[in-house]
Amino acid sequence: MDSAALILMANQIARNFAVQGDEAAAAATADHIRQFWAPRMKAAITANGDANLSPIAAAAVRQLD
Amino acid sequence: MAYEPQADYGTPPVNSEAEVTLTIDGRSVTVPAGTSLMRAAALTGGSIPKLCASDNLQAFGSCRLCLVEVDGLSGTPASCTTPAAEGMAVHTQTPRLQKLRRGVMELYISDHPLDCLTCSANNDCELQDTAAAVGLRDVRFGYDGDNHLALPADASNPYFDFDPAKCIACSRCVRACDEVQGTFALTMDGRGFASQISAGQAGDDFLSSECVSCGACVQACPTASLQEKAVKEIGKPERAVITTCAYCGVGCTFRAEMRGEQLVRMVPWKDGKANHGHSCVKGRFAWGYAQHSDRITAPMIRESIDQPWREVSWDEALGFAASRLAAIKAQYGPGALGGITSSRCTNEETFLVQKLVRAGFGSNNVDTCARVCHSPTGYGLKTTFGTSAGTQDFDSVEQSDVILVIGANPTDAHPVFASRMKQRLRKGAKLIVIDPRRIDLVRSARIASEYHLSLQPGTNVAVLTAMAHVIVSEGLADEAFIRARCDWDEYQDWAQFVGDARHSPEVLEAVTRVPAADLRAAARLFATGGNGAIYYGLGVTEHSQGSSTVMAIANLAMATGNIGRPGVGVNPLRGQNNVQGACDMGSFPHELSGYRHISDMETRALFEADWGVVLDPEPGLRIPNMLDAAVDGSFRAIYIQGEDILQSDPNTQHVAAGLRAMDCVIVHDLFLNETAHYAHVFLPGSTFLEKTGTFTNAERRIQMVRKVMEPANGLEDWQVTQALANALGLGWNYTDPAQIMDEVARLTPSFAGVSHARLDEAGSLQWPVNDAHPDGSPIMHEAGFANGKGKFVVTDYVPTDERTGPRFPLLLTTGRILSHYNVGAQTRRTENTAWHPEDLLEMHPTDAENRGLKSGDWTRLASRTGETTLRLLVTDRVAPGVVYTTFHHPATQANVVTTEFSDWATNCPEYKVTAVQVSPSNGPTGWQEDYEALSARSRRIAPLIEAAE
Repeated sequence: MDSAALILMANQIARNFAVQGDEAAAAATADHIRQFWAPRMKAAITANGDANLSPIAAAAVRQLD
Repeated sequence: MAYEPQADYGTPPVNSEAEVTLTIDGRSVTVPAGTSLMRAAALTGGSIPKLCASDNLQAFGSCRLCLVEVDGLSGTPASCTTPAAEGMAVHTQTPRLQKLRRGVMELYISDHPLDCLTCSANNDCELQDTAAAVGLRDVRFGYDGDNHLALPADASNPYFDFDPAKCIACSRCVRACDEVQGTFALTMDGRGFASQISAGQAGDDFLSSECVSCGACVQACPTASLQEKAVKEIGKPERAVITTCAYCGVGCTFRAEMRGEQLVRMVPWKDGKANHGHSCVKGRFAWGYAQHSDRITAPMIRESIDQPWREVSWDEALGFAASRLAAIKAQYGPGALGGITSSRCTNEETFLVQKLVRAGFGSNNVDTCARVCHSPTGYGLKTTFGTSAGTQDFDSVEQSDVILVIGANPTDAHPVFASRMKQRLRKGAKLIVIDPRRIDLVRSARIASEYHLSLQPGTNVAVLTAMAHVIVSEGLADEAFIRARCDWDEYQDWAQFVGDARHSPEVLEAVTRVPAADLRAAARLFATGGNGAIYYGLGVTEHSQGSSTVMAIANLAMATGNIGRPGVGVNPLRGQNNVQGACDMGSFPHELSGYRHISDMETRALFEADWGVVLDPEPGLRIPNMLDAAVDGSFRAIYIQGEDILQSDPNTQHVAAGLRAMDCVIVHDLFLNETAHYAHVFLPGSTFLEKTGTFTNAERRIQMVRKVMEPANGLEDWQVTQALANALGLGWNYTDPAQIMDEVARLTPSFAGVSHARLDEAGSLQWPVNDAHPDGSPIMHEAGFANGKGKFVVTDYVPTDERTGPRFPLLLTTGRILSHYNVGAQTRRTENTAWHPEDLLEMHPTDAENRGLKSGDWTRLASRTGETTLRLLVTDRVAPGVVYTTFHHPATQANVVTTEFSDWATNCPEYKVTAVQVSPSNGPTGWQEDYEALSARSRRIAPLIEAAE
């Protein structure tokens, strides 16, 4: 999967949850990705690591492991 | 059923708890107080002659035929304008009345053509029937005096003619236009003998006037003065079938009036609970696409997309498709396959497509066109209210005091409901419009919004947050409702957030461009004006914060206590006829029917037991993800039923790249649509006239679609999907779509009480229909929310990533027009093109002047994703800095310029905000020229003889 598109999506989700505070936002972002992303998308964003992800999105992706 | 006109009780019903009892021609009858004598007589089974009265219009009392005698009263009052009273003794047939009525009829007939035998309304004419009813045998005045018989007819409207020679000046058409449609396009011009029906201003004909061709005047006309051209051409209908319109989410029910196998006309059904006998130009008249010469009725295949199509048998087409699908699955796994269900197809068809993908293909890669329209509604309302649906029925609007319309243009996109809304507004309800464009509702005949908040595109959340700020900070929230019905702690968090000074209208004005004073006043009106109802459309959902906006709307409704009773609520106006149903049926990749997540073991187990398969517990790909994955090579085959993603989805060139990369694209449609340029298999579809099933409209109303003619392609769409499933070895054996609905009902709690038999009996049912709600649920959340408590969600305004700049300084927003539907695949193949032959670009006069542009000029519309050309319309409907167009025509294809940005929660495309530049142009872009060549090449069909060789 195109990691640029997934990074954009993950950052956007994180930004919309950011109002909850970093920790809760990361958890909400991770939960959102779990609920709505197909396995290959989750695999691709996980493989991407932290690159180009916002701190909240990066923390969320780490929770997917 | 055999053809009979719809019952007409002469005057509208009266809602009154008090009753009166009277006798009419010796028969006792009890009616609600205020009921007219005419209606009371009709309720006894009697019939009083009438010409100017109809039960969808207020009594007028002009034709003087419905006179009656009442014991104790002198004179002969008109029964349409005389209310029934306790103890009245009414006589409708007396020698005196017969003489009077005959005299009146003589006058009418003396100025009416005596061509009944050759008239298109012969035997379906109220004037003819009434003349017979009053016993008219001759006309003493002769026919040689002054008359109107030589007046020229107006045949300008593509669907109906106006023949003033046959007009009896009863004003029913004028009143239907005023009272039912609310356009006020018709008038009675002149006085006395010179009285004549006139459309629009002097010099206008019906086509050039403001008439919106809803057909209400034609339906109201008691003669052949206003008559459908189709009746003239085909003849009087001989049977009628009740069915549901296949256009917008209002879900109007119609009588399909047939002559043999030929559809003569679609007449709105008076008992239809969504439309109450009204219609719009699309549902009433624009059904000609069903017989259009572009219709493909034979299956076709081709090895590669650069080859011409080859007509083949169903067996060969299905075998070809199945063999490709099986080979791809074997090589790349089930995740390489997917499908798209259609909001234009029935619940039963949609359910089968998602079943085919999940149970047959073995993946959850199924999505639906709601992805690009109302997927944020599903997410937002499920999160806040616990149910992915609007809360009200359409009738609810009659009890609204303040109507807030945000991001919707009901008079164009949901015209029949807009007429209901306008009726309520004319009776005094207040209107707030939040829209960057001055839609017709803002100010039209006898309608004026209290506030039009013309916001900067992309700032919905900021506007709604500012409104919430006013409500909270000024103590206007309904604390009793919130404490009783919502989570109080969550409310307090939300109230603290919106109450912060940074969310005041004054601070946010810099972002929203909405004057703070107007916004404050609008918020106060909504919170304090009585029953407040919110209606919204794609101007809410098709943004990067579409889901946030839906939740912000839900917050506003809960904070003001506007949930759970008639007159209030949150009402998504669905674009296509079965958007609600397609979503209900499990078309999204993460959930099964009834909005239950695919990861839920208990739900999955139900389906696995019923279908005899093991389901993937992980969500599948959404449409944009499928296209991305196709470009990457991991998604290789798709079955698309009734959708045209190349035209409807954003960033056309990316969609094309995704489709081009696939090994097997199966398009199941009426026409070789734009998507079919990249297809390998074409399976011909059936129209809504050729199939049986159900649609679910925007008010959750499930209604029957009934077959009125045999499918031109030989199969209903559910049969095609079943045949494809069986070619893959699935062994399905449905013999009737009712069996599919039975399967839906046993697997879906909110549909547990739904069956075709129950729908036939009840007419329609609004889900949930189950043991708790055996007769359905017109209003949701009356006693509590689905999750127990309503959930306030803090929605922070996050600006879109799409920004204007020196290269692209304008914001493009897109929308729809009355005469066309979605990508125009249907309406472009009807006479509706008379009103909208091409997409136009609307631009404010200041922006046009700065660029040296004027109306009618060709302009180049460019964004960072692409460019197209289209003609300009200079108008102050749009604000400076904003341009607007529609997406109904593939030749211009607005989605060439829209971007990949989408809603954060659902990937619903951000159609409503694209940074663009507009400049003069002298012709089509290179893309348009290439596309035209591609279209011609892709639609080649090999001659049959060559195919046989």
